[in-house]
Amino acid sequence: MTAIFEMGIAGIRSGIADGDFTAKEVAETFIARVSAAKPLNAFLVETPEHALAAAEATDKAKAAGETLGKMAGVPIGMKDLFCTQGVETTAASGILKGFVPQYESTVSSNLFQAGAGMLGKLNLDQFAMGSSNETSAFGNVISPWRRNDGGNSDLTPGGSSGGSAAVVSGRIAPAATGTDTGGSIRQPAAFTGITGFKPTYGRCSRWGTIAFASSLDQAGPMAHDVRDCAIMLGSMAGFDAKDSTSLDLPVPDWEAALSSNLAGKKIGIPKEYRVENMPAEIDALWEKGIEMLKDAGATIVDVSLPHTKYALPAYYIIAPAEASSNLSRYDGVRYGLRDLPDGAGLQDMYAATREAGFGPEVKRRIMIGTYVLSAGYYDAYYTQAQKVRTLISQDFDKAWNSCDLLLTPTAPSAAFGLGEKMDDPLAMYLNDVFTVPSSLAGLPAMSVPAGIDGKGLPLGLQIIGKALDEQSVFNAGLAIEERAGFVAKPEQWW
Amino acid sequence: MVKMTESTYRIQGGTGEWEVVIGLEVHAQITSKSKLFSGASTEFGAEPNTQVSLVDAAMPGMLPTLNGECVRQAVRTGLAINAQINKYSRFDRKNCFYADLPQGYQISQLYHPIVGEGVIQISLDEKDPDAHGKAIGVERIHIEQDAGKLMHDQHPTMSYVDLNRCGVALMEIVSKPDMTSPKEAAAYVRKLRSILRYVGSCDGNMEQGSMRADVNVSVRKPGGELGTRTETKNVNSMRFIQAVIEYEAQRQVDLIEDGGEVVQETRLFDPDRNETRSMRSKEDAHDYRYFPDPDLLPLELEDDFIFDCKASLPELPDEKRARYKNVLGLSAYNAAVLTAEHETALWFEELLETTDKPEEIASSAANWVTSELFGALNRLGLGIENSPVSPAQAAELLGLIADGTISGKIAKQVFEIMLETGDGARKIVEEQGLKQESDTGAIEKVIAEVMAANEDKVAQYRDGKDKLFGFFVGQTMKAMQGKANPQVVNELLKKTLG
Repeated sequence: MTAIFEMGIAGIRSGIADGDFTAKEVAETFIARVSAAKPLNAFLVETPEHALAAAEATDKAKAAGETLGKMAGVPIGMKDLFCTQGVETTAASGILKGFVPQYESTVSSNLFQAGAGMLGKLNLDQFAMGSSNETSAFGNVISPWRRNDGGNSDLTPGGSSGGSAAVVSGRIAPAATGTDTGGSIRQPAAFTGITGFKPTYGRCSRWGTIAFASSLDQAGPMAHDVRDCAIMLGSMAGFDAKDSTSLDLPVPDWEAALSSNLAGKKIGIPKEYRVENMPAEIDALWEKGIEMLKDAGATIVDVSLPHTKYALPAYYIIAPAEASSNLSRYDGVRYGLRDLPDGAGLQDMYAATREAGFGPEVKRRIMIGTYVLSAGYYDAYYTQAQKVRTLISQDFDKAWNSCDLLLTPTAPSAAFGLGEKMDDPLAMYLNDVFTVPSSLAGLPAMSVPAGIDGKGLPLGLQIIGKALDEQSVFNAGLAIEERAGFVAKPEQWW
Repeated sequence: MVKMTESTYRIQGGTGEWEVVIGLEVHAQITSKSKLFSGASTEFGAEPNTQVSLVDAAMPGMLPTLNGECVRQAVRTGLAINAQINKYSRFDRKNCFYADLPQGYQISQLYHPIVGEGVIQISLDEKDPDAHGKAIGVERIHIEQDAGKLMHDQHPTMSYVDLNRCGVALMEIVSKPDMTSPKEAAAYVRKLRSILRYVGSCDGNMEQGSMRADVNVSVRKPGGELGTRTETKNVNSMRFIQAVIEYEAQRQVDLIEDGGEVVQETRLFDPDRNETRSMRSKEDAHDYRYFPDPDLLPLELEDDFIFDCKASLPELPDEKRARYKNVLGLSAYNAAVLTAEHETALWFEELLETTDKPEEIASSAANWVTSELFGALNRLGLGIENSPVSPAQAAELLGLIADGTISGKIAKQVFEIMLETGDGARKIVEEQGLKQESDTGAIEKVIAEVMAANEDKVAQYRDGKDKLFGFFVGQTMKAMQGKANPQVVNELLKKTLG
């Protein structure tokens, strides 16, 4: 039998159902894994008691013959952007150090309702702003992966959901929550050889999730494979009256309808995603992906998304604009950090608190956002960016006339070394070049591991679908998963 | 120097006359049990920070959800002033760091307000509103959140903040610059308040801050180009609004005539010194960085919803006043006074409804309400909603006058007892023997006694000193303790004295 720690959601679920092991054994296994993984700096808070309590509830329910929830007995990692009742929640920012919510986010609450337990709160880029996990106020996460060059240099797990990617790929948690604003689920999933899914905007409630950019933020699962993502998203999603942008639609049973037969499906290959200086290995992977989808019965068509090159600039106006306003509430008045110098007035307190509490990348985005919304600049930047956003959505709408899904690489490179890009924010922002357009359009998209580069690092392919058509995205992902035979795992060095 | 003529208000400056141009932005608290975007209570006067939800306190991850009742009230208000209802509106964030604004932004509607242009009819003469009316344009009404309240007197070096008001729904009703005198501005606010109270969308309570105005004032030579305006914030009484206009107009005229220039700025009114002071100029005006709130979807209204809002409106003051005048036959003055406040009109109508013949009694009832009842309430310092005498009790009293059971004079006495004891008029009249004497025999007997006791005056009267007639009426009434029917006394005296 596979060791428990190697199992994902579906494996744990059937093992518990078949009586191979108890939920408590599962929880204890992963609690020990968490405990041993401190060198990765993936957890900001460990909550073994939460995982054990949920496991005991599952075992009790099973003994009583009750129907178990879809996540029953699965201990997960929780990105520290989700507010968790009674458990410190900081968004990896100094400004929220010590903040303990009195409420449970809708997504975490839905997962607990489905029987999941929580192993702890996962490190991330501060306020989810970053692509390498290096903007965390509590130190970066180190990827479980290493290059096969014997150099042992520390790599980024990607970001912002870097803690989530690290623990799932390191088999420290069977699954974890992520959030994706411009690629924060998909890029780290690609960097660590796991599967990450960003649903249609509005599928998962944003209530209780610390906001970065409200019109883009979406929660999603990060797990071993497509099936696990389908199970977990089914437990996270759902209408929530407390979020005005939540979709009032039933949640389909994605798991039940999984099928890798793509007969009749047309897959678009957007030519604008063939960017300059893309490593040949990624190009080759993309070609491999095309062949896999053909093999699954799909037809391949070339499509054009002409405004793609404007997506990144538009994103880096809209997201910071919303962030600059969303982060105004961290002012030292009601919770979190307060820096009150001697004899300081209110304005001094704001300045000192925000100076001390926010990291450099967060400050940079607040300043960009403040600038683009300022009188005299608003039309040139914000209004223009919104127009671009509309054009990008229209690009996708037009593409759907000739195809059902799009296949692209997830990121323009494999995981890079920690510290390699921190001095160059623009190079860092380029990580999102393939993931941002679908975020701007609110479309479902996922990253599936599809290959290994020459240095032994995982590479991912991205599938983008029509709004609300998560099923087709899952199905195409499954077709790649079945054909890619991706079995690489990081060697345990920690 | 201020010169008032009947219709124009002018500032007399060294260079001639100046005209004042006034626009008002009235902030009216929407009547609703919970706040605009949260479920917290809006009740006035609670202990600080006891009516604060997670959303109001801007806890991390909290999201606003729109209170439909506030939307309904804003639409009803718009319909009541015949305004354009915008089926598409949107909420914007107005960003500003302030301790009483936990989110760091106020959710408002800058670009797409829920209500567009409308009109409010004001009257400058209560006695005859139709003859002295003026239409004041309303530019727009939008919905927004109120802020919290800072408390500076709780700690020697710190300020405290009370978030109870934070997030309470306001309507901002923006007038066009159509007013030209303090009196017009006051009449506008009075009329707006009346409409809001009829509609039930705001209680209009200025003392509790439910209604306050930003007063925009500029001056110009009559008919000339508009001058630069100043905006005096948060003026919270009718009297202060007028004081602000008078002060600002005079200040601006003096400034210009001394060679200066009016600066576009925000000012504050100091009621103790009766003057306005500069708060911040245009240069250091906040850049609010307005942008559409991404947490809220655009607000789209269905025709059915607007129709239902319209159907739910009560008869409004102008319609009611016309009906009182034309159908009930009341004087223009009574019709205006009785309809100014919704409570008064409702009280009056309830009185009429408890009688069999409302049309017949309407005029006398109107006179009685505007003189006797208002006088008593004024003396007691009570509003009509707290009147110690109910409309039914008043109807009973008026019935006794109408059927001749008591005289108008005795009625005043009975009313006083009603106010004190709460007893019904009929009961008082019976218990205290105040029933009017209409029996001619009894009255004739007393008249004979009065004439016998005043033979000299009888002679003088008969010699042509007509004025003495009143003396005989008085003596007769006095002898009968005021209970004689005055009409019968008059008739019999005329007959007997010849």
